Formats: sequence, C-alpha cells, structure tokens
Amino acid sequence: MPSKTCPKIRPSEITPESVYLNRRSFLQAAGFAALGAATSAGRAWAANPRRLAVFQDLAASPFSTEEPANSWEDITTYNNFYEFGTDKDQPHRYARDFQPKPWEIEIAGQCDRPGIYAFEDIVDPHTPEERIYRLRCVEAWSMVIPWVGIPLAEVLKQFGPNSRAKFVKFTTLHDPERMPGQRWPVLQWPYVEGLRIDEAMHPLTILAIGLYGKELPNQNGAPLRLVVPWKYGFKSIKSIVRIEFAEQQPVSSWERAAPHEYGFYANVNPTVDHPRWSQARERRIGANLLAPKQPTQMFNGYGDQVAGLYAGMDLSRNY
Amino acid sequence: MSAAVAISPLRLRTLKVVVFLICLIPLVATVMAIFGIMGLSLGANPVEELIKRNGEWGLRFLLITLAITPARRLTGLNWLIRFRRMAGLFAFFYVVMHFVSYAVIDQGLAVGPIIEDVTERPFITLGMTALLLLIPLAITSTNSMVRRLGKRWRSLHRLVYPVAVLGVWHYWWQVKQDIREPLLYAAILAVLLGYRLWFSVRQRRSRRITVENPA
Repeated sequence: MPSKTCPKIRPSEITPESVYLNRRSFLQAAGFAALGAATSAGRAWAANPRRLAVFQDLAASPFSTEEPANSWEDITTYNNFYEFGTDKDQPHRYARDFQPKPWEIEIAGQCDRPGIYAFEDIVDPHTPEERIYRLRCVEAWSMVIPWVGIPLAEVLKQFGPNSRAKFVKFTTLHDPERMPGQRWPVLQWPYVEGLRIDEAMHPLTILAIGLYGKELPNQNGAPLRLVVPWKYGFKSIKSIVRIEFAEQQPVSSWERAAPHEYGFYANVNPTVDHPRWSQARERRIGANLLAPKQPTQMFNGYGDQVAGLYAGMDLSRNY
Repeated sequence: MSAAVAISPLRLRTLKVVVFLICLIPLVATVMAIFGIMGLSLGANPVEELIKRNGEWGLRFLLITLAITPARRLTGLNWLIRFRRMAGLFAFFYVVMHFVSYAVIDQGLAVGPIIEDVTERPFITLGMTALLLLIPLAITSTNSMVRRLGKRWRSLHRLVYPVAVLGVWHYWWQVKQDIREPLLYAAILAVLLGYRLWFSVRQRRSRRITVENPA
C-alpha cells in the first residue's frame, strides 16, 4: 500500500537538532538582516519555518482545473486568517511558531460515533488527492490553489450521521495564546462555519491537509481546513477542532458580524453584489499589475456540478 | 499666545527643500516597490496595495495639514504656517494618486463600473466627494489666488474640514471588519477639530470680556 497520509520524511529534509533548537536566534538574525526592507527572500523564508513533510504519490483528480496555479509565495503570504491578524501579510508572520500537532477534533451531534479523535484517526483512513481549485474571496480577488485533500463526505460517513443531521457545523481552535489575533474581538471567537448536509457531502467539498504536495502551512489553516470551491473563501474554515452534525442551520461568524453583507450560503455569484463592492469581476492574484480584472463565474465556475443543489432557491435572498 | 520664534529666510528655504524631499518618500518607495528595487515589493495583490498606500498617505497628509495651525499656536513657531500649503498639496497629490490607482489601474478606466461604484457604493461616494472638494482648494493655493480672493479665500479653504471628515468616513466604511486603523485616524481628526472649537470659543469669550471691561 502506498503510504500517503503519513508523509515519508526524507533524511535530507530533517533539520539537525542543533539548528532546530537555535531556530529562534536564527530567526532573529534573519529578522535583523531583513530590517528596513522585507526582501522577498526574507518573506519566503519566514513563510515556512516549520518543516513541511511531503506527500508521496498523490492521486490526481478530475475535479482539478487546468488553470495555472498561483505561486507558493502568493498562497502563503497573502492570507485572510483573522486568528493571526487582519492584514493579509500578518498570518504568515504571526503563525510562524504555531504548532498544529498533536491535534484533536471533536465529533459531535447527530451521529453514531461522536467523540474526540486524533487528527490521524480522522485523516489516515483516507487517500489524499491533489485538488487544484479556484478560490474566490468575497473581497473580489481570486487564486488557483493546488490543495491536498480528502473528500469531506468520506470523513463524515466514518461517524455515521443519522437522519436528523441536516447541517454540519465547523469550529476553529480558540486559543488566544497560540492565535494572537483572537486577543481582539474583531469577530466573535471562535470562528464558526456551516454547510447544509448535501453541500458537505458533495464530492467537490474537501478537508484540505496540504498544499503543493506538502503539509498545510500554518497560515493556510494547519493542520486541516475546509475547502468549498464554489463558495466565497470565508466559508472554508481553517484549523478545525470541532465538527458537529446539527439539526438547525448554524450561524456562521461573518453572518453574525454583518448579516446584511454575508449570508449563510455565500455562493460565488457575480449577479449579487456585496453592499459595498461589486462581485461581477475579480482580480486574479499573481497577474500583471496592469492586467484587467476578469469576470467572476457563477458558482466560481463549478455550476455544472453544484447548481442542482440550489434548484428553485432565490439566490439573491439566500446570498 | 507664546512668543514668536523667528527663522531666517535662508534657513526657511533650505528647510522647505528638505521637507519637500521627505514628503516624496512614500512616492519613491512605491515606485521602487513597483519595479522591485532593493527587494521592495507591493506583495501578492499590487493593485490593492497601491490604492491602499496612496489613500493612507492622502489621509495622513490631510491630518498633518490640519495639525499645523494647532502646532503653531501651541509652540509659537509661527514659521510652521509656511509649510501648510506644501502639506495640503501633498495631501491632494496622494489623494489623486489614490484615485488614479483605482480608476486607471484597478478599473482600467471603465466608465460604467466607475459610475456605478460612485453612485451605488456609499464609501466610494464619500471618497469621490472629498476628492472633488479638494480640487478648488488645490487650484486656489497659489499666492496670486490668495490675494485675488482676499477674505473669501479663508472661507473657501474651510472646506478642508468637511474633506477630512469625508476622508476618514470613507476609510471607515471601506474596511471589512477591523476598524482599529480608521478609528485611530478619526481620533486624531477629532482632537485637531476639537482644538479649533475650543480655541474659537475661548477667543470669543476673551473678546467679550475685553468689550465689557474696556481698559
């Protein structure tokens, strides 16, 4: 059996212990060297201090897009992850020392096997795939990201959801010691997101555990996060510690913060504007400074697969 | 009022050149970042960064302009007033760069979407109003205009107060959720405008006292 879920670490990747133990002083030296001008090399270095193990033999997916993926640097230095700061360049700096392992996830609600599970117990039974997806942020920018993930449906079925499980509610870690952005109530912590059960079970929906064939960097939601490519990015909740099978529709964090601006569904929709900006077009990150914005596609271009989920629904009301 | 502290014309001229060059630093840094000089970069979303930086510098220079009169009164350094026009024009310059980054680079001069933004998105309406109100102030900033307009010049240039309020308000409504930065700008503006209110009330009262008790 090819080992996929517990990536093999090559001897060349292992950091000598002395270097590991001195990493802080090395970081400080690097910080002083980079003072004044954040060189791109310095930023790239700061972006991945934790050794990220590599996945071997990733399965490809027919769901992947052919579009060119964004660079590792773009994907790991331009993040919305308010738990580590509200500026895009803060998560990769403030999440640098975050330790995502060991990690436990509580499974709760309407299912046969609730309980507290280790990350490995949830992830290891499944075969990770590479899923190259478009990501459309509600702020009208977009990227193409080569995730490593496992279908959420497979994970959820592990716990035997019953017929009263109409929704799935996800919760991010709440630990202001480790997530400094939570020391300020910019949102009500912890971050909460939700999906309808059929959205959660859809084959496009994945739990991402990696990026570019490596483990997920901290600033992208280590050790595991949701990815729902036809919805605005904020639905794809990061660093999940709790998954609940719910009877009632959960209230997501952005919905709670500004209900007239962010709805529960948050499907990418060029015809329904955000009250403060247009959603008709988007800026593709990594494009030339003078490149024009590109038109946003309905359901972020995944309409063929997901439009049926919303048949008969008024999407301008259920935004 | 504190005693006036004079400055020689030569010194003033040198100082003006130095201050002018300092005010250009944000522009130079941005141009360097566009071309990646000395490792500077605008990051993953250069267009957004360009708009944001220019807007922030426009707002900062507006507040600096409004800080000059209080600073002059409090320190007695009357020559500070000689820098007010320069600060105001730099505010205008960065606000125009902010608009150009948005209209030319972000929107590609697409008239339809720009008009839609200005009419349908309140924070852009506010910003656009502030920019339009700044134009007559920039045009009438020359010595000959000051002379030609006489007393009306002062009334016209009081427009800078609503412009600053609109600018901070524009920023406040633009941010998604974290209002800490616009709050800081609003607090500074409140202090600067509050000082003026306090000063004028105090002056009116002392004038009344002088009228009631002629020496």
